[in-house]
Amino acid sequence: MTNDPSCLAGRYAIVGVGEAGLGKAQPGDTALSLQCRSARDALLDAGLTLADVDGVFAHWDDRANALLVSEYLGITPRYVDSTVVGGGSPLTHLIHAMAAIEAGLCSVALVTYGSTQRLDHSRNRAGVITDPRSPSGQFVAPYGVLSPISWYAMLSQQYLHRYQASAEDLGEVAINARRWAQLNSQATLRKPLTMEEYLASPLISDPLRKADICLVSDGAGALIVTKADHARTLAKSPVFIRGFADTYRHHVTPFAVTDWLDPGVIGDCTERALLMSGITRSALSMVQIYDAFTINVLVALEAMGFCAPGQAGAFLRSGIAAPGGALPVNTSGGGLAFNHSGQFGMQLMIESVRQLRGECGERQVANASSCLVQASGLLMSAFMSMVLATEESDQ
Amino acid sequence: MSTLPARPLPQPTTETAAYWAAAQEQRLVIQRCSSCGHCQFYPRAFCLSCLSDRLGWINASGQGRLYTYTVCRIAPSPAFESRLPYVVALIDLDEGVRLLANILDADLERIAIGARVGVCFESVSESCTLPQFTLLD
Ligand SMILES: [Zn+2]
Repeated sequence: MTNDPSCLAGRYAIVGVGEAGLGKAQPGDTALSLQCRSARDALLDAGLTLADVDGVFAHWDDRANALLVSEYLGITPRYVDSTVVGGGSPLTHLIHAMAAIEAGLCSVALVTYGSTQRLDHSRNRAGVITDPRSPSGQFVAPYGVLSPISWYAMLSQQYLHRYQASAEDLGEVAINARRWAQLNSQATLRKPLTMEEYLASPLISDPLRKADICLVSDGAGALIVTKADHARTLAKSPVFIRGFADTYRHHVTPFAVTDWLDPGVIGDCTERALLMSGITRSALSMVQIYDAFTINVLVALEAMGFCAPGQAGAFLRSGIAAPGGALPVNTSGGGLAFNHSGQFGMQLMIESVRQLRGECGERQVANASSCLVQASGLLMSAFMSMVLATEESDQ
Repeated sequence: MSTLPARPLPQPTTETAAYWAAAQEQRLVIQRCSSCGHCQFYPRAFCLSCLSDRLGWINASGQGRLYTYTVCRIAPSPAFESRLPYVVALIDLDEGVRLLANILDADLERIAIGARVGVCFESVSESCTLPQFTLLD
């Protein structure tokens, strides 16, 4: 056995995707019901049945969510995982699913996520951790921190200071998201955004404005992953997982004395994922970046080497990431304009799969053959990069 | 009769009791390893550098620099609404640890990354005092 995950390149594929309740769920809907309806859609999409699923990866606020989802679906999986690492958790679940299948612990994995945070008005501006004995309960909560907003605001402040960047640089991210959302009939914010409108958006936690912050939506999604040879026998064209890497830095008390703009973690994960995939940056058809906040996109584009530090605003201003551009970024409209049901990692993956299948209608990227996904979770805490492609290898 | 909404207060643990007790006496203390000299924040049961459980406390200088900050324009809960707008900052203490606090009475025109700050103390209940900071010079 080798310790190098590169032997997994192209060995697994996403074979089914499904979603439910995007935007605003109907009164009476629950996160459980939406997740399980997504799972049904994903199974129908793949041409599989409940009896085929023997690995379940899921979570939301119920700590045993994978068991709850399994119970609702009436299945008895051999492998379950309810890992919670924030909004990128579905990517972590996919990575864990590949490891479990490779080890023979299951063979077809269902990954679900869902939330009715908007319907339930359950979003807490202080964040999800409320135990006053916890590190953040003692050393963060008493100071009135908006979480996660203030943390990403402080990251943005450091970015603007370091690179003498401007509010307009952040604004370019919001404008790019709206350009794509106009082409997405399911998106929440479909009107174009001008820079004047962006700058008139009210400050929430300086320098972040309302327009820098993701939507609060409902919605659920599901993914099904299995081995490539199995994938080729199923209903839809497989989308192969060609490369991946993840790293975890802290929970919700980011006090380590580090440089928040050090490209290290995002850059390293992406480099490892690309190397594993055998696909170069210049060959990528598109990039999907988890945009909980506009700053995420600026920092990620730079850390991943698409442009120089401090230059992401100008990079976006050139139109390269917009519809028709050479490097489409966030083709659904992202968490800023499409939908953000608490963990956009799920929708990021579903959009990538649909783009690579050519199912995206007006917003379809022409000749899409590969996609780099960069996700993160909690407060600059968890980082995942994944490379997807229509072919299992370049040979 | 209106009562002020409750502000979230820290609940000290075995590891942090000495920190909060010192704050109550208007002292900012930092955990320092008696074996290797490593300073750490927040307090833990042992040294993250050498695993020694012989940890002591030093009186921090109370001075440091703003690593970064934000101005909250909305509050996370009603308890903070009367304070709006207020500054949340990460402070790199001269002792080499980073912590979070508010910058009290801050002139929003003067606040900047790299600014020197010094500790002060805010009594928030009978049994709880929070270390806070103000801009120096
Ligand atoms: Zn030590």
